[in-house]
Amino acid sequence: MEHLIASAVAVMTAAGIYLTLSQGTFTIVMGLTLLTYATNLFLFTMGRLAANQPGIIFDPTAAHADPIPQALVLTAIVISFGMTALLLVMSVRGYFESDGDAVDLLGPEETVARNRQ
Amino acid sequence: MNHWLILPILLPAIVAPLLAMAVRHDIVLARVYSVGSTVLLVLIGLLQVWMASDGTTRTYSLGNWAAPFGIVLVLDRLAAIMLLLTAVLGLFVLLYAINGCDRRGRHFHALFQFQLMGLNGAFLTGDLFNLFVFFEVLLIASYGLMIHGGGAARTRAAIQYVVVNLVGSSLFLFALGLIYGVTGTLNMADLATKVPQVDSGNQALLYTGATLLLIVFGIKAAMVPLHFWLPGTYANAAGPVAALFSVMTKVGAYGIIRVFILAFGPQDSEQHWFIAEWLMPSAAVTLVLGMIGVVAARSLSQQSGFAALASMGTVMIAVAGFTPQTESAALYYLIHSTLAIAALFLVVDAVTIRRPGLGDALTSGPKFAHLGLIGSMFFVAVIAVAGMPPLSGFTGKLLILDATMGLRGWGWIWAVVLGTSLLAIISFASSGSMIFWKSTSVDGQFVAPQRPPIALPMVAIGSILAVLFLFTAFSPAVNQYLDATAEQLFDTHQYIRAVLGGEELASS
Repeated sequence: MEHLIASAVAVMTAAGIYLTLSQGTFTIVMGLTLLTYATNLFLFTMGRLAANQPGIIFDPTAAHADPIPQALVLTAIVISFGMTALLLVMSVRGYFESDGDAVDLLGPEETVARNRQ
Repeated sequence: MNHWLILPILLPAIVAPLLAMAVRHDIVLARVYSVGSTVLLVLIGLLQVWMASDGTTRTYSLGNWAAPFGIVLVLDRLAAIMLLLTAVLGLFVLLYAINGCDRRGRHFHALFQFQLMGLNGAFLTGDLFNLFVFFEVLLIASYGLMIHGGGAARTRAAIQYVVVNLVGSSLFLFALGLIYGVTGTLNMADLATKVPQVDSGNQALLYTGATLLLIVFGIKAAMVPLHFWLPGTYANAAGPVAALFSVMTKVGAYGIIRVFILAFGPQDSEQHWFIAEWLMPSAAVTLVLGMIGVVAARSLSQQSGFAALASMGTVMIAVAGFTPQTESAALYYLIHSTLAIAALFLVVDAVTIRRPGLGDALTSGPKFAHLGLIGSMFFVAVIAVAGMPPLSGFTGKLLILDATMGLRGWGWIWAVVLGTSLLAIISFASSGSMIFWKSTSVDGQFVAPQRPPIALPMVAIGSILAVLFLFTAFSPAVNQYLDATAEQLFDTHQYIRAVLGGEELASS
């Protein structure tokens, strides 16, 4: 299980970073989504991998799963979900406002030229 | 328990939804609520600076859960200073924004309050994961403020800004995961007691986590090589928004000061390796690159953005010294540069809205309205930013030079700080004469669609500059407070005792 999860985190992070470095906003959004998946999985494993163990501790000496990373992951999921939605809305708006989904900035001359139109 | 501690978070958290829902159609009422809330925040900030001046570290356990398990808010001198700085800056920026900028998009005031809430929370919290959450709160609000007003260039810059910060948030979570996995805690004080006890097999993991955390704070503080987002973002944001953002980079500096002095302490040379090796050169390069940008900029707002980058470089040079003297100097320059850069952005915005078509591009056009008044405001703001006497930029740079003397490579530090100051003076003098001086010899006059208001914006900018004057005049008193702050920062035992109670003394 360790190898499976470790390689899953690694592959998703690598793919996420690769896509994030691309030129168009859509692929960047996909990349960020993969990156947040990797983050969540990684956070989840930080309480150590333990199958079929209780999350509520009745007997501190018995084996148990660490519930805190799960709470952290929940927060992280909610935040990354909201952020991705926001980024999507902004990319759509950027797409319609600047005729294309490229991410590089306009120079001051271009901005002035656009304002004059 | 002292309920004053949570007010700086609670007040904007209550006012912001009110602004977004109850009074969203009534701009006058929204302005009244927003200004009222920010004035209260200034008063609370003053009270907290006064409260913290007795040197005790006050804590507030949320939900009354004891410290390492529940989340605590911690108010010490550093937090109090940052709260007051944020509130004062927020108030003047808001006064400026009321000139009509707040009407160019929806929900400006609600987003503004959420931004203040996130900033205040980040300064108060004593828990790393809670710090992450407040970072997200202030970031979400800043995304909204960034696209305020719209336009193709601004939306593109905003997308870049959001992407960079989302990657930063992911790194933050990786860092927190590593740190929690090794130490089993995310409470800063508890972390400070656990870090020295980590066994040698796990230390590499812990350092990886700490380095990731440094990278995250570095992105926020726009340190080279993580600075690429800053000039574009600041240059394309609306003027008042960029002015408010001048405190956002300082959150990164605050994070480094707080977490790395407390938990990954500079007193322990073995854990000190990555900070000492990288922070100082990176800060120096940030300063140099920022100033090269100031020289090369093609518009006033670009120039101000690079000036903000350079000011972060100066602050981080002092922070990277990691001695009480350098931290005190860093805080002095941090307060100064936040206000000075904000004033500069507001002046630039005042110029931009008066030159339709030309905007803030660095070419001289015909005369525009209120040329003399805005020109003199620009003059004073630029003196502050460049660090010339008689304003606090000069005192701040002097303090930094004095504090870094004797550190490793201090000759280089002096050369960089002094050389870049000269560059700043030259390039701001040239852009000032281009925009204000030569404009008087160009024929014609800009005709704005409607004459922009002058009274309130000038009061706002003038107040920031007046605060800078006061800040300079009362330098000895301020320095005394900041010296005590730095001393308190390095006395990590009293912080740990205040948060965790006496129990950690038995174990250590």
